[in-house]
Amino acid sequence: MSKVETKAGENAMTETTTKNRSPLLRRLGVGFIRNILPLVLAIFTSGVLLLAMGKSPAFFYGEVLRFGLMGTGWQRSLVMLAPLLLYGAGLIVAFRGKLWNLGYEGQYLLGGVLVVGFAPFVMGSLPLLLGFIALILVGTLAGGAWTLLPAFLKARFGTNEIITTLMLSFVGIGITNILIRGPFQNVDVTVPQTQVMPLDTMFPKIFGTRIHIGILIAIVVVLIVHYVLTRTSFGLRLDVYGASPKSALHVGIDTPRMVMILFFMSGALIGFAAAVDMLGLWGNMRANWNPAYGSEILPFVFLARLSVLASIPFLAFYAVLATGGALASQDIGLDSHFILVVVALILMFMSVIEFIGMKRDLGQSYLPPTLRKALAKLLPQRKAGNP
Amino acid sequence: MASPDTHSPTASTPVLSIRHITKTFPGVIANNDISLDIERGQVHCLLGENGAGKSTLISILAGMQQPDEGLIEFEGVKTNITSPRNSMDLGIGVVYQHSTLISTMTVLENLMLGDTGSVRLDRKGASARLAELSELLGSKIQGSALASDLALGQQQQVEIAKAMWKGSKILILDEPTSMLTPQAISGLERSVARLKNQGLAIVFITHKLREAYSVGDEITVLRQGRVVKNISAEEMQRSSEEQVRSLVLGAMFGDDIDAAGKSEIAEEISGSVESHRVRPDKSFSGLAPALVLDGVSSAESMTETPVREASLQIYPGEVLGVAGIDGHGQRHLAELVAGQRKPSNGKVLLDGEDISGLGVRGRQRLGIRYVTDDRMHEGIVGDLSVAVNLVLKRIGAAPFWKYGRMNRSAVEEEATSLVELFDIRSPSVQTRAGTLSGGNIQKLLLARELTDEPKVVVFNKPTYGLDLKTVSKVRAIVKNFAGEGGSVLLISTDLDELVELSDRIILISNGRLAGEVRNDSPHTAERVGELMLGPEAA
Repeated sequence: MSKVETKAGENAMTETTTKNRSPLLRRLGVGFIRNILPLVLAIFTSGVLLLAMGKSPAFFYGEVLRFGLMGTGWQRSLVMLAPLLLYGAGLIVAFRGKLWNLGYEGQYLLGGVLVVGFAPFVMGSLPLLLGFIALILVGTLAGGAWTLLPAFLKARFGTNEIITTLMLSFVGIGITNILIRGPFQNVDVTVPQTQVMPLDTMFPKIFGTRIHIGILIAIVVVLIVHYVLTRTSFGLRLDVYGASPKSALHVGIDTPRMVMILFFMSGALIGFAAAVDMLGLWGNMRANWNPAYGSEILPFVFLARLSVLASIPFLAFYAVLATGGALASQDIGLDSHFILVVVALILMFMSVIEFIGMKRDLGQSYLPPTLRKALAKLLPQRKAGNP
Repeated sequence: MASPDTHSPTASTPVLSIRHITKTFPGVIANNDISLDIERGQVHCLLGENGAGKSTLISILAGMQQPDEGLIEFEGVKTNITSPRNSMDLGIGVVYQHSTLISTMTVLENLMLGDTGSVRLDRKGASARLAELSELLGSKIQGSALASDLALGQQQQVEIAKAMWKGSKILILDEPTSMLTPQAISGLERSVARLKNQGLAIVFITHKLREAYSVGDEITVLRQGRVVKNISAEEMQRSSEEQVRSLVLGAMFGDDIDAAGKSEIAEEISGSVESHRVRPDKSFSGLAPALVLDGVSSAESMTETPVREASLQIYPGEVLGVAGIDGHGQRHLAELVAGQRKPSNGKVLLDGEDISGLGVRGRQRLGIRYVTDDRMHEGIVGDLSVAVNLVLKRIGAAPFWKYGRMNRSAVEEEATSLVELFDIRSPSVQTRAGTLSGGNIQKLLLARELTDEPKVVVFNKPTYGLDLKTVSKVRAIVKNFAGEGGSVLLISTDLDELVELSDRIILISNGRLAGEVRNDSPHTAERVGELMLGPEAA
């Protein structure tokens, strides 16, 4: 009989504890598990890998912070962040419509090469501000234009855009290299590359730092994109289309047009990112150069739940990790690609946690059944141990 | 010595006993302490609304779900039915509501799908078994016919043969009459009677009391997962249809049945001997048609039957019913009218104006509306709120949007009034629409389509899968709309519904509109049934 009583008491207790946990706290908890935990686990696991290679994780992460944030590190990180914000927004626009634009590298490089290729003529004939606007337009339109063919095929025939964008991306990369070795080549140097933009025709720096005005432009643009996606009728149409193209058709959304617009916006923002990167940081492009930002920031836009606003802190985190990590890995005698391992681990942990999280949304537990049963057996014993 | 050995089945042991079965899903108790006995040579009817727990009980017997509590005794032996395979081996055959036949295969091939054991296909043995089953069912089943060529009643006979393929002791029929013509229903009832005489136990699931009374030896009424009434075989024999009817109605609705809905629900549940038209007969002569389809075809599609040269007129205040077996071009027909699909041929006219070139938005503004049958995936966007879903077809339009920005208070105000008007049960207008019940989602769609001056409304299977109270509400809404001068294209697979609501009924078959029956005599259902059987059956 006493056993029954304790059981009832326990039930009452667990009930009150679940009731006491406020919805806000629970949401924060879920948010942490779904969005932050993958980062924590990836950093921890990378640390274990470093240990296994005989390096000190503490030293490595210390160096990451030192180079990524301390001294002028934060400035370098912000310079890196500027194109990433626009790039991320470009990915998010397409992904929200469940259009998988994987042609980002071709779109970025084509936009970039046209900007630096035309820069000598444009900056030589136009005042600075107009020149910037013209070159940004060039990059933006080039990036957008490179999505039009896959967009049309998707809108008209429902062709799988993953394949078409990816294939066209390789074509774009090829054209970029042809341009660098052909019409845009700086014949004064032996290495195939475009002419280097003079510093005074590039974006001005802010208050004597290394940071160029690109970061301000990027923040303004992504805030506008965020507003458009979340507050306007276009944003709602996009969400309806993303949730179900069938519903979109049913409620009278012109779905082929939506596909064209989303692809173009996506490519245009990525081209914009390239223009900001060229005009702010690089000033020229070498053959076979490819920063491949897209694949590296992919996990972060998903961790941001495809919210442009939420992508800002995640991308800032990546910018610090990448800026600091590149130098830190050299510092401890590792290849600079080690940071890609961290990114890959983030992607992996995110996928696993997302998978389990979805099961939980369907009424199951985060823990596998056997583990949960084992824990459930342990827990009451502990409770009985200290009443 | 005198006590019967529980391990050897005797004539008095039920073939299947369900004892205190409970099955819960997150948030619902689907089966709550259900106990039933199923006897050989008897038809046991399970009556209950959608959501009463009938489907869960079937899936437990079919081995697809395991009960949380309780036990099942098969021929007196405690048995765990752990898988569909296990269930079939026991001799439990289930005929589901939806078709499980593969349409591109022949009947014989479909039946042989479940064969196991040998590498080589035993066609000869299968043909013999089919002949045996045809004999048993009292119907001719052609083994060489393509499944897609069969009429619905024949398809069902094949489904039954499939369920009994490996020798069946219990046959479970899930709402077997819902899509059948009156002729096919009597064919089914004859087959059921023959099987019963062979000693088979039959579980017959239905929501129509008349059917339960006519085929059932025993009736069990389920409500909200519980057994609320069991009428034993002896009791059935003693009682008149009227007595059974009042017993069942009392059990199904209790005090819940309010004065307003009582007569309609009673009518629906008891499925009066012949469904009859409930709207006044009107004459449309001298009126100009509101909607005209003139030789309209839709483009060929890989997965759906297109519409071929369809012509029809609907007058203001008229309900035009479209009867037919599901998947015969109904969806394309609805989409052609709604503007979701461009006609490849022919013209669509509204009040004499050619609107063939207009899309959904343009037609929506002119008053053409479409209540889709795919409520969950096409009708609503589950992740958006009830309020936003209610204005989803007016995105960007004033007063809900101003300068491209949503006017939240205007949307909320509209939503609140629609929720009240159409009695949508939702915690708030900000609730995610996907969390509502099927009935409330349908009310949400009706609310959205029937506001802002509707003229011509396409209802595609408007009551499919809904609970009875919502069914009668939805039908009342259709009636009122036509009563106020609206034109209705009512697409349904429920013949009773069509007879109840339509002025005229046309048949759609393989994408073509064929035949027309004026709903002016008491035998409309039979006449439509004859049309469905086609000239070759006549």
